[in-house]
Amino acid sequence: MKVKLKIWRQKNAVSKGKFVTYDFDGASPEMSFLEMLDALNTTLIQKGDNPVAFDSDCREGICGACGMYINGYPNGPVKGITTCHLSMRYFKDGQTIVVEPWRAKAFPVVKDLIVDRMAFDKIQTAGGFISTNVGSAPDAHAIPVNKSKADDAFDSSICIGCGTCVAACKNASAMLFVSAKVSQYALFPQGKIEAKERVKAMIQTMDELGFGNCTNTGACEAQCPKNISIINIARLNREYFSAKIN
Amino acid sequence: MTKLNSKIPDGPLAEKWTKFKATTRLVNPANKKKLEIIVVGTGLAGASAASALGELGYNVKNFCYQDTPRRAHSVAAQGGINAAKNYKNDGDSVYRLFYDMVKGGDYRSREANVYRTAEVSNDVIDHYTALGVPFARDYGGNLDNRSFGGVQVSRTFYAKGQTGQQCLLGAYSSLNRQISKGKVTMYSRREMLELVIIDGKARGIITRNLVSGEIERHSAHAVVLATGGYGTIYYLSTLAVNSNPSAAWKAHKKGALFANPSFVQIHPTSIPQLNDYQAKLTLMSESLRNDGRIWVPKTKGDKRHPNEIPEEDRDYYLERRYPAFGNLVPRDVASRAAKERCDAGYGVSETGLAVNLDFRDAINKQGKKAIENKYGNLFEMYETITGTSPYEEPMRIYPAGHYTMGGLWVDYELMTTIPGLYAIGESNFSDHGANRLGASSLMQTSGDGYFILPYTIGNYLADDIRTPIIPTDTKEFDDAEKEVKDRLEKLISIKGKQTVTSFHRRLGKIMWNHAGMSRNEQGLKEALQMVKELKEEFWNDVMIPGELEELNQELEKAGRVADYFDVARLMITDALNRTESCGAHFREESQTEDGEAKRDDANFMYVAAWEYTGENKEYKLHKEALIYENIEVKVRSYK
Repeated sequence: MKVKLKIWRQKNAVSKGKFVTYDFDGASPEMSFLEMLDALNTTLIQKGDNPVAFDSDCREGICGACGMYINGYPNGPVKGITTCHLSMRYFKDGQTIVVEPWRAKAFPVVKDLIVDRMAFDKIQTAGGFISTNVGSAPDAHAIPVNKSKADDAFDSSICIGCGTCVAACKNASAMLFVSAKVSQYALFPQGKIEAKERVKAMIQTMDELGFGNCTNTGACEAQCPKNISIINIARLNREYFSAKIN
Repeated sequence: MTKLNSKIPDGPLAEKWTKFKATTRLVNPANKKKLEIIVVGTGLAGASAASALGELGYNVKNFCYQDTPRRAHSVAAQGGINAAKNYKNDGDSVYRLFYDMVKGGDYRSREANVYRTAEVSNDVIDHYTALGVPFARDYGGNLDNRSFGGVQVSRTFYAKGQTGQQCLLGAYSSLNRQISKGKVTMYSRREMLELVIIDGKARGIITRNLVSGEIERHSAHAVVLATGGYGTIYYLSTLAVNSNPSAAWKAHKKGALFANPSFVQIHPTSIPQLNDYQAKLTLMSESLRNDGRIWVPKTKGDKRHPNEIPEEDRDYYLERRYPAFGNLVPRDVASRAAKERCDAGYGVSETGLAVNLDFRDAINKQGKKAIENKYGNLFEMYETITGTSPYEEPMRIYPAGHYTMGGLWVDYELMTTIPGLYAIGESNFSDHGANRLGASSLMQTSGDGYFILPYTIGNYLADDIRTPIIPTDTKEFDDAEKEVKDRLEKLISIKGKQTVTSFHRRLGKIMWNHAGMSRNEQGLKEALQMVKELKEEFWNDVMIPGELEELNQELEKAGRVADYFDVARLMITDALNRTESCGAHFREESQTEDGEAKRDDANFMYVAAWEYTGENKEYKLHKEALIYENIEVKVRSYK
């Protein structure tokens, strides 16, 4: 299978990048998209060129390391999956495929398709935790939790921190990411104690880091590889307003 | 000669840990503030240790190669985490968990360590729950449990099929809290390339900044490795593509003994290889064996669609061979049984290297909804990768390299043979003997980091309360840094013709074929020679493009593969030495008439701890005798 790849190449954070076109005939429909890039890199290395740098690790859709724009969509044309789970069977022989890094002020390009997502860590550090020390926990059954609430918390907690939501949003907003974390803790009794401080601190940090505002377009939910629901953003707003009022 | 002193406290098994905690030396809060600890790795072991040490007041420097600590490969653990809570009232206890682990490990683990891990398992669940980890619950609001292989109770806590992710995010949250307090400094995208030893003690590490390529020096009063295992030695494995044992390996070359390297777990239920370019194999959780039934056709080469093969033409070989445990036999047993059927020609799929894992009966009995609740995300993942739905037809699965029971030798305090160097989680050899039971890894690694190391490290640091911050402008740091730079320089200047990955694939094939699920003397000896030749070829003909002072992923991989040739040599050396079969280590020369593993307790009831004596020099073996006072050593049977 032959593909024409237009890939964003950028030597480092300070240099100027550009699209480079590669005619690559070593693809096959059984490959994953990243395995296709691996194969392209093999040919580049053998020619003495620099391979295309991209992040990936678990390659099973759970670590959140990979992620790139493919033909105008974050993680490519298939919904509900990470880039590493994208298969080449979704592309046609001879197709042109444009590959770009996430574009967001808060996610500067490090090299080629790799971006710096430390901003997400900073938001979590601002308050994405329950303050409990090792050794001080009561028996796990001392904190019963309603099953439907626990299930909702789980649905929020499966965010993999890949940055798709930010990349998909025209404002580069991180609201879906922040709301998923805030929701998980807001739904648990043990998370309620610090709920107000948490939501205020995480929102403030998010704003300081240069993420845009949410204008409810829903692009984040539509593209999220883990199908995190926009309901979380509604919950985040509720938490935030109630924290601000009281 | 290094003497192995496992430092196991005296007294009855159930009182050893309590006694240790009550009598160990402490470091007072004012002094903790003056002490620095390096923790390498941010998986469940590393993140839990870094946060627990930060909470105690130590100053922690935490390192990971990923862009953020939340991506460490613990994130991919699926099925669950064990604890002896006995919430199911089905007869579980700390002793029974201990018993199951020692038996599951085929009597090759250290009693006192295993018992302690079982003891702290309940604390681990309490702590994760308090941190907001969304474990599965029942309608009464209590935590739910499920069964895993090799045991007869339900003691596994879970969060659908992504328990590792949820526990790791819990540990990551506690890590973030300490980062926000300034007690932990996080160094992401850093790879440890050398250990620095001063006056015989581990005092620092040399890292490469993976973005800038800069070589950096970091010092501390103690160094903790939480760097995982060496399962990617097979190239294709269930691990992350960048998982590697190089940090532990550097420590080994600097004097830390490496124990039981041949004990590698091959997981029975992974999605089989689909193409030649594949970079990894995806695991399907062992929990699926609770409801899925494993079978192959009774007739060789039966090409009918699995749904069209009637009951009488199916061989549920695990239920047939092991009626007591059926589909829930331990992993090593299940893997070998799959290999046996496939080698005999009964395998399914085009390659014949797969068996069926069928949910038809479970769906008929419990309904699709119930199955979806338990395994929904796994079924989805399977369908995404293979294009077929496990609700409609059986999964196809095959064993894959997964977890390494072997690792750096540690004593009861989790310290290696280098004073001040600790190894926790998968990077040590500790608790799993020759085979790890499902859902024991998250338990052990969290227990090490949260509840064990924070106590034991104080016993060492109590001597260091007057030691000021370790300076990095010393000869030891100069030498270590020079070693690192010389090696990188050497690698990048080879400018050969073959890619790093091509070497890794070839090494993986050698190890899979000769030191995988089944081993024999001749094969191992051949492998030793092949690895040696491949290593030479690598150092003459590998091609690493780019520069040292930039983000260079090929250079990163090259350093790890270069170490893997040496890891392979040690693995093979150990497998050759251990002429018995035990757990995951199956020597064809040592089996019963019906093909089960045959231990040789008279000659091999010991931990094989290997001392590195130099490049291409003979390894030196140190034996730690295993003594079982609290458990009757039996032939492991799941029939």
